[in-house]
Amino acid sequence: MHDKTVTQLAAALADGELTSRELTSHYLQRIERLDSKLNSFITVTADQALKAADAADQARAKGNAGLLTGIPLALKDIFCTKGVKTSCGSKMLDTFIAPYNATVVEKLNAAGTVSLGKTNMDEFAMGSSNESSFYGPVKNPWDLSAVPGGSSGGSAAAVAAGLVPAAMGTDTGGSIRQPAAFCGITGLKPTYGRVSRYGIIAYASSLDQAGPMARTAEDCAHLLNHIAGHDLRDSTSLARGVPDYLDTLDAPLSGLKIGLPKEYFGDGLDPEVAAAVREAVRVYESLGATVREVSLPHTHYAIPAYYVIAPAEASSNLSRYDGVRFGHRCENPLDLTDLYKRSREEGFGDEVKRRILIGTHTLSEGFFDAYYKKAQQVRRLIRQDFLDAFEDVDVLMGPASPSPAFDLGAKKDPVSMYLQDIYTISVNLAGIPGISVPAGFVGNRPVGLQILGTHFAEAQLLNVAHKFQQATDWHRQRPAFAKENA
Amino acid sequence: MALEDSHVRRAAHLARLGVSDDQARGFVDDLNRILEMVDQLQSLDTEGVAPLAHPLDATQRLRADEVTESSQRDTFQHSAPAVENGLYLVPRVVE
Repeated sequence: MHDKTVTQLAAALADGELTSRELTSHYLQRIERLDSKLNSFITVTADQALKAADAADQARAKGNAGLLTGIPLALKDIFCTKGVKTSCGSKMLDTFIAPYNATVVEKLNAAGTVSLGKTNMDEFAMGSSNESSFYGPVKNPWDLSAVPGGSSGGSAAAVAAGLVPAAMGTDTGGSIRQPAAFCGITGLKPTYGRVSRYGIIAYASSLDQAGPMARTAEDCAHLLNHIAGHDLRDSTSLARGVPDYLDTLDAPLSGLKIGLPKEYFGDGLDPEVAAAVREAVRVYESLGATVREVSLPHTHYAIPAYYVIAPAEASSNLSRYDGVRFGHRCENPLDLTDLYKRSREEGFGDEVKRRILIGTHTLSEGFFDAYYKKAQQVRRLIRQDFLDAFEDVDVLMGPASPSPAFDLGAKKDPVSMYLQDIYTISVNLAGIPGISVPAGFVGNRPVGLQILGTHFAEAQLLNVAHKFQQATDWHRQRPAFAKENA
Repeated sequence: MALEDSHVRRAAHLARLGVSDDQARGFVDDLNRILEMVDQLQSLDTEGVAPLAHPLDATQRLRADEVTESSQRDTFQHSAPAVENGLYLVPRVVE
């Protein structure tokens, strides 16, 4: 049962082969039995899930079921869920019970899906390995000595291990695509503003975007259909119609023009990852696509620009954690300043503190123009690189990450961790959509092919990813962990 | 632009973030490595390039100036560390 895709499970529910209660119970039992080895969930909401499953079954009996009614999902613990702990992976919010639902959660509830709980993540989504979580690292189901990627590492690991058929993640610099690649699943970061950020705990507001993580592009299309769209409660969400992403999934790829950015195949790329990506590109050629090399000349400035812009926005966003209105509060504060300083010192982990300090420093008097303004100018140049490339090609392809999943504890130096995001981070700066699909292995660790499109090209990305998954079976591979524990 | 201990302490104070002496030393090293990486930006000529704040250059939408939220003080104060009579408690700020 847990090997099936959302699409297959939806069909089984519609045909009456199983009920949502049976499905939900099955996954909850797997989580209870197996997640102690992975640590992919922070909170499991079993009682609420079973109630929601029963409601879904009743709705179906009355003829009120939609395509996703009764499908179990998990939510990264960054989505506010009413009445449920929403920690963002931080001690700061260890006791925070969200008083309202994120728009994404409202929409998924309205679609009749069943949330099984909240998945582990890097603290405040700051990390590429899931090791900065207050709740401990997540293990990669393909190799328990490897990281699952981050920051949506819990969502990726849970889907890969068959603990849930799909999960929601967020992506500020690669946090959906890189863990999807490391865990051998499919993950889509939509265009900035395509999905409402309302109720998603903010990290870097001009970069954050939510998206689906599942086994297949088809499953991601199902989920995006339900979560995309304008939201009056998010002033940066875009008022633009949402197509039915399932309609164009099967469109033929003959004539598709693929660009391979030469900067994505240079020094630092694992040769076996490069080989897997080039093999995937050959599959596309066999499907009728043409391939050419393109250049994104400012690629190497993306990580420097990101580590000004994201920490600057984070230092502002995280100023709300003051120990007064919600979140951790220190014992016996001497005065108000001591209350602020010690509550934040105790509540935040080291990586969060580093980014608050960097952001505060670069925004401070005397440094603002040299850092923040400069980074925003470079951001425009990076976006222009992509817009120029999309004049000549339909999509760009390359690796999602320079290497497969690395070992737990392998990246102790912050900068070496940051460099992991070289192929994903510029996509957030440009605001374009990107998807990672399974495209092979290095040893027992999966490789992700990243496909990028221009603004609002989600339908095309899902189509291009889906056709690849029709022609290959990388996405059907399951880790030994899931098989042994079937 | 190398960062010194005084820069870290200033940023920590501005951010109201307590940092021990030991930690501050570690942060000086970390932040210097990060800023050294960031300083690659300085080699790029950006004269005349407009800063980009929203990836689609969208502007903030305006709405009618109407009250749309209802009072949910009790709900919100459930998550507060210390409240009394509907008020948030903090250390005395006025003697």
